[in-house]
Amino acid sequence: MSEVLLEATNMKMQFGGLCAVDGFNLTLRSGELVGLIGPNGAGKTTCFNCLTSVYKPTEGVVKIRSVDTKRLRPWQISKLGMTRTFQNIRLFRDLSVLDNVIVAGLQHTRHSLLDSALRTPRHFIEEARLKERALELLAIFNLQDKAHLQSGGLPYGEQRRLEIVRALATEPRLILLDEPAAGMNHSETEELMKTIAKIRKDFHLAVLLIEHDMKLVMGICERIIVLDHGVIIAEGTPSEIQSNPTVIAAYLGTED
Amino acid sequence: MDQSSAQEFIQHLINGISLGSIYALIALGYTMVYGILQLINFAHSEVYMVGAFAAYYTGKGLGLDQHPGFGALFALLLAAVVVCSILGVTIERLAYRPLRKAPKLNILITAIGVSLLLQYSGQIIFGADPKLFPEVIKDVTVFQLGGVEVRSLDITILVVGTLVMIGLHFLVHATKIGTAMRAVSSNTMVARLMGINVDQVISFTFVIGSSLAGIASVLVGLKYPKIDPLMGMLFGIKAFVAAVLGGIGSLPGAMLGGVILGLSEEMVVGYLSSTYRDALAFGILIVILLFRPSGLLGSQTREKV
Amino acid sequence: MTTEDRVARFKSLGSIPAPMAAIVLLSLVGVLLDTSANPYTQFVMLLILTNVVLATSLNLVNGFTGQFSLGHAGFMAVGAYTSAWLVTRPELSGMPDLVKFLILPIAGGALAAVAGLIVGLPSLRLRGDYLAIVTLGFGEIIRVVLLNSEAVGGARGLYGIPSAQAVPELGLSPFSAQFLVASVWSVITFVVLWRIVHSAKGRAFLSVREDEIAAEAMGINITQIKVRAFVISAFFAGVGGSLFAHSVKYLNPSTFTFTKSVDIIIMIVLGGMGSFTGAVIAAAIITVLPEMVLRELQQLTGVDLRMVIYSLLLILFMILRPSGILGTREAPELWRSLRDFFQRRSVSEKPQ
Repeated sequence: MSEVLLEATNMKMQFGGLCAVDGFNLTLRSGELVGLIGPNGAGKTTCFNCLTSVYKPTEGVVKIRSVDTKRLRPWQISKLGMTRTFQNIRLFRDLSVLDNVIVAGLQHTRHSLLDSALRTPRHFIEEARLKERALELLAIFNLQDKAHLQSGGLPYGEQRRLEIVRALATEPRLILLDEPAAGMNHSETEELMKTIAKIRKDFHLAVLLIEHDMKLVMGICERIIVLDHGVIIAEGTPSEIQSNPTVIAAYLGTED
Repeated sequence: MDQSSAQEFIQHLINGISLGSIYALIALGYTMVYGILQLINFAHSEVYMVGAFAAYYTGKGLGLDQHPGFGALFALLLAAVVVCSILGVTIERLAYRPLRKAPKLNILITAIGVSLLLQYSGQIIFGADPKLFPEVIKDVTVFQLGGVEVRSLDITILVVGTLVMIGLHFLVHATKIGTAMRAVSSNTMVARLMGINVDQVISFTFVIGSSLAGIASVLVGLKYPKIDPLMGMLFGIKAFVAAVLGGIGSLPGAMLGGVILGLSEEMVVGYLSSTYRDALAFGILIVILLFRPSGLLGSQTREKV
Repeated sequence: MTTEDRVARFKSLGSIPAPMAAIVLLSLVGVLLDTSANPYTQFVMLLILTNVVLATSLNLVNGFTGQFSLGHAGFMAVGAYTSAWLVTRPELSGMPDLVKFLILPIAGGALAAVAGLIVGLPSLRLRGDYLAIVTLGFGEIIRVVLLNSEAVGGARGLYGIPSAQAVPELGLSPFSAQFLVASVWSVITFVVLWRIVHSAKGRAFLSVREDEIAAEAMGINITQIKVRAFVISAFFAGVGGSLFAHSVKYLNPSTFTFTKSVDIIIMIVLGGMGSFTGAVIAAAIITVLPEMVLRELQQLTGVDLRMVIYSLLLILFMILRPSGILGTREAPELWRSLRDFFQRRSVSEKPQ
């Protein structure tokens, strides 16, 4: 079987008296596309924050490619090959579209700050490569013409796409997408889901996708985990989830 | 420890607590404003300086140093409180309110600007030379306890300080406006939704904080009678350190922090060297921020991702 | 060697002439000032270069990395005292004078960088106004330590600090030699900082300013970036301090108070946090304004209005134009927008 990229065992996150995530278990193998769904406030984003070391889980173990992340900072998680996007878009707003992507690619360059300060030949070689690769990535998402615009000024949908491009520039094996379709209309969403499926294939990526809307992930995920009140209430294939009475009950109270 | 060194220690203790309660009064102003606006109100120390001058001119104008006593003290306190309140509210209204939605850093820079403006305007208006604060309470030894002198000034400072802090506690916990202040401090947006007039509460917070600075300025004037337009700078920063030490945003924390800072300064001066007195506060600050950034009594906050 | 390597080497060599030209140009200005200006104007010109170094270096931390340091005067003091102390060491007496003064700033900068490292470490955990107050605290501690160090004069300070002497072989008078030293170092400071920020590597500093959490998620070690920003900034503050020491020739701990830090902050706030061009322009204005214009005003009114005007400017800028004169724009963009502006005007003036 393929390599296990991410493994969370009995992960728990407590804020004061509130238990946002309780006993979260997940095994994600390379190339998988898994959906993490649940009603608002179910603890999905908290899960992401724990998995990426933004929060330190109160209990439990998170392993990325067999490395325990307990003592790792988020940037080290990125170096292990796992990256993420943010629900409430966190672009470097004052930087250009291109620079947003370039920053994410920095960890794979071989020149130092001193090279740049002194403008050594190595600086020019590395920066040219970095830029070239960033433009390639932008082209995949049709953003190459906007490379020199300020990223904060992009339309909403393009900002979401840029977040994914930026995440891809870190050369991940596994990408966590936090509601990438939030705020998009129906056709935009469909377009986005196609792109996600495509990059997953082209970049041999594993994807963990948070989505608030259940119907949306049904089409592309092989496996779905349903979270409610911080607890996994169901796990399985889309068809299993669709017919699961607990899931329906969880969604009925909160969804239309 | 022999007897004389024990006496010396107790003497330092009394001095320290008395200095500390003044720090506490100013620290309260910092902590209240920080609790509501998340702003280090750099101008607070200058409000305190202006209070000292208001009291000075009142004392001089009314010839109060000729008639020392509690009536004179009350007049000075009143003058300082009124002037400080007006100044505090004016600063908030003119400099901070237009920036309510601006990045925090801009407001901080503005606060530094206001602080400098008052310092240097003060030098022009009041003159840069130190002035002698009217001696409205004669500093005499009230009683001796086993060789320790308990002086009238220290008693005055402790009594006034304690009364004010009890009053503040009552105000914050047992009145409507106090409840509104706590509500705004814990969550401004929710408080606004609950129908609280946030602007009004903020103004009121500045009135209270500035009044406390005014009271502190009179007490300082009594204890260290030389006042000048730059007197607020270092004293204010130290009081802010006291607020951080106790846990910024926490009223009991500000009081505790003030007393701890006053005591440790007095002990450093008494047993080590007075030249390092000013570095002590910053040393404490750095240590506390490194090891317990939320302060002794503060609560942790977490950024939402 | 591949074509790629050749192109890179060519570009690398191509990055040398511009700074060289700037140094030569500035030195010519120095020679010109030497013959035409009075000693007082000459002194102000030296101060401008010193303040350019101080303002651009603070801008790296405050403007580009988004941290808020209130302790720049402390680093400056370390550099100034180091340089002033070293210059009188007999061990250095064998060194050619100009060379000595050219490398003294490195020593001052190095020690200041160490101080920057010590200050940078707490910045790992602190942000915003907490960091501001800690850097203020460090700055004050440095000052108190200097105040208590008899080796550097304690509260009395250091008098008669030597500055560069004439170099007849190069036709340099004492002033133009000192001006050459200041020119070399202000150009180095500007070019190094500019190149750091305007490189992919340097964009990491800006990403920390924009969004620490996102930067960290993209593999940026934000701790390392912040410490680097502090160390680099402190190094050049030390360089600025060294230039300052040999320009004013007198040092006293009370020069390096919180107010001095605020002076430098005013420069970058006015110029625009995140614009080197703005920092340079504002440094020049802020240096000249009090010395030349306000002096007259002061003689007229009899009071020192300098700081009153500065603080008013600070408040008004924050309320009315928080991005400063230039915002984050730099000279090339300014040039472009000026050109566009005039082109548009000439187009619109054409008869329809």
